[in-house]
This record gives sequence, C-alpha cells and structure tokens, in this order.
Amino acid sequence: MRIAVQPAAFDPSAEAGLFAAGVSGAGALVTFTGLVRDLSGRLSAMEIEHYPGMTERAIRAIAEEAAARWQLIDVLVIHRHGRLAPGEPIMMVATAAAHRAEAFAAAEFLMDYLKSRAPFWKKEVTADGAEWVAAKDEDEAALWRW
Amino acid sequence: MIDLLYFAWVRERIGLPREGVETDAATVADLVAELRAREERYALAFADLSALRVALDQELSEFDAPLAGVREVAFFPPMTGG
Repeated sequence: MRIAVQPAAFDPSAEAGLFAAGVSGAGALVTFTGLVRDLSGRLSAMEIEHYPGMTERAIRAIAEEAAARWQLIDVLVIHRHGRLAPGEPIMMVATAAAHRAEAFAAAEFLMDYLKSRAPFWKKEVTADGAEWVAAKDEDEAALWRW
Repeated sequence: MIDLLYFAWVRERIGLPREGVETDAATVADLVAELRAREERYALAFADLSALRVALDQELSEFDAPLAGVREVAFFPPMTGG
C-alpha cells in the first residue's frame, strides 16, 4: 500500500507501470486519474488546501478499509495539494485484486470516500477572483451505497 | 491548552490558520459558543454549524463530542477532495 500526499506533479502512466510491476498474483488492475476540470473555460488554477497529518491518516484508513473489504492485493493513492493548472492530474487511485469486480468496486469506493472524507478543499481561481468549491449533496449521498 | 486549526473559508473568515486557547469548554459546541462570543469574525465563521465539520485529534467528530483529553480541534467546511 502506498499513500502519497504531495505538491509535486506525477505521471499517471509511469505510476500505473510501477504499481503493476510491484503486484504479483492479481487478475485485475484498475487505475483512475482525476484531472483539474475546466468546464467554464475560464479557470486559471485550482488551489488545493489540506490538513497535513490528518490527510494521510484519513486516506490510509479509507485504503485499509477498501483493502480488507475487497481483499485487495495492493492499493495506491496519490493526491496533490497546492496550485494546479487546468488539465493537470490531481489524484490517482490504483487497485489490484484477483478479479475485476473487486478491483472496480474498491476503486469506486476509494473515490467516493476521498471526495468527502479526506480533508482537502478546492478553490477555483479565475480572472474574476477565487471561489471555494462547495461540497455537493450527491457526493455525500454516494457514500450511502457502501 | 488546546490547538485550534482552521481550514479553507473558515481560516479566511477568522484570519488565522491556527491558535492556542485555554478553555474549560466541556464539548465542541461549548467551545464554539465561547469563540462566537469573542469577536464578529468568529461569529461569522461559526454562524451556521451545518456548514461546518470538526475533527478532534485528526479524527472526524461531532459538535456534541466531549473535549476532555483533546489536544487539537480543527474546524473546516465539508471536504472537496478527489
């Protein structure tokens, strides 16, 4: 299990390759990469604040729960903080399991929990100013299915 | 002495990332009441508790939770990671 909370950019395909190379006995690998979205075309940057210490603990607890629940062979979570440009990778999860159903379910669970249980806060910066991204009700509702 | 940490717009409204307080508050809600009474910027930051989350010693908690033995209290809006 690797948890990385970092300001530095990462290369999702290189990370996926490293993850795959370190796993043995898996029948399925799932990777997901989240990018800085710019729906309006006006975003100049995304600033991500986090709670050092709690962030790593919270992500580890979420990853450990996923690993136990879906018998994962390995799990990777990378999440950036600081100032990011539109289109840059923000975060990545990778799961390795015996079968694809477990690997997909665990990756979705990780994503749902990272969204609303890991202490990150996004702020969108445009030419008109900066605004905190509000949490969505559906992100909270997404946790109920687990 | 308890360390208080503020994140995102809570930090911006209060104007500080962290501070230490001496308090006899029994619960988080009691502590919030003390902070609100201090100054307008605290009253504004803590106006609507439904818009806030709290962590005690880096674990998510509730506003009715006791503070006994707690060293670090963090206040922040709902998280927007991922």
